[in-house]
Amino acid sequence: MTDSSSINLKQSTTVVTEGVYRIAAIVPAFNEEEAITSVVNDINQLAAEKKLLIDVIVVNDCSKDSTSEVISNINCIAINLPINLGIGGAVQTGFKYALENGYDFAIQIDGDGQHPASEIPKIINAAVNGNLDVVIGSRFITKEGFQSSAFRRIGISYFKWLNHLLVGTVIFDSTSGFRLINRKVLTIVSEYYPDEYPEPEAIIVYSLNNFKIGEVSVSMKDRQGGVSSIGTFASVYYMLKVTLAIIFTFIRMKFKRI
Amino acid sequence: MVKIQIIAILVSLLFLLYIVRLIIRGKLREEYSIVWIVCTIILILFSLWRDGLELIADFVGVYEAPNLVFTGAIFAILIYLLHLSIVVSKLHSQNKQLAQEIALLKNKISEKSKV
Repeated sequence: MTDSSSINLKQSTTVVTEGVYRIAAIVPAFNEEEAITSVVNDINQLAAEKKLLIDVIVVNDCSKDSTSEVISNINCIAINLPINLGIGGAVQTGFKYALENGYDFAIQIDGDGQHPASEIPKIINAAVNGNLDVVIGSRFITKEGFQSSAFRRIGISYFKWLNHLLVGTVIFDSTSGFRLINRKVLTIVSEYYPDEYPEPEAIIVYSLNNFKIGEVSVSMKDRQGGVSSIGTFASVYYMLKVTLAIIFTFIRMKFKRI
Repeated sequence: MVKIQIIAILVSLLFLLYIVRLIIRGKLREEYSIVWIVCTIILILFSLWRDGLELIADFVGVYEAPNLVFTGAIFAILIYLLHLSIVVSKLHSQNKQLAQEIALLKNKISEKSKV
């Protein structure tokens, strides 16, 4: 399903819906003082050029550097968490804000500059034209731009297999944080969203809620500053934790439906 | 009474006293103190009544009475640790919700003061 829809969407390059939908660009930031300014400015510039109603919401996950001062001086909605919650908790704060303030879509964009703002219209188009609830920006449909390390790619194909096994959806880039959700999904994720390494697990949540998920090919850049939330030594823990979380989420949600 | 009995009873009583003091000062909530008080009372009971331990061990088929104590104690500790993990998990999610609420409220306040 995702495979065919993503190809269709690439062909249908209709105009981005100018100023119809209110879009929340959620940027989680942890110690991103170097990269965050250009990330936010890029999104704002794109919004101005394409006449999109995008508000940038930076969720500062209790950074130890000067991220909070930096974001208070640029054009964005600054949300400063009093304690460090991890990427999932930070993104969920953004989801809650988006839900409360009546946005139609929320798009998650990493604060380290990996996700180029120029790809945002492609993702929004995919959701609007394909009538999708969740759109994931994927590095792997067509291989262009930054492709990440070999070990990470092995992990990603493992999650692809696990997702396929449990819910039958094929997502090529299940660790991608570059994704858009609509208001229907916002109501679910503001209630429950995983804490650590939430991306692969969230796909299970979306699938089991019968949301329509699509994937579009985007190019990503290597990070511009800061360090990845996943170190080399944490990789094994990452795989274990996410596998457990995926399996238990699956069981929990299956039982709830019966 | 043997020396070790007196020592065991004294230590148990001191422990009980310490728990009571913690509760009075508000540093230990009553619901978490129950398990400690019960354990201490059991310890005192068996320090006084040494044959009782042998009797129970014999009844359940444990050859060495002290092994029964170890098995029981380890089992109790495991259960209690699990209980604490559950409490921590609950606190974790409540903490997260509070932090998110605070962050969103702080944002609301600063938006209001800008206008």
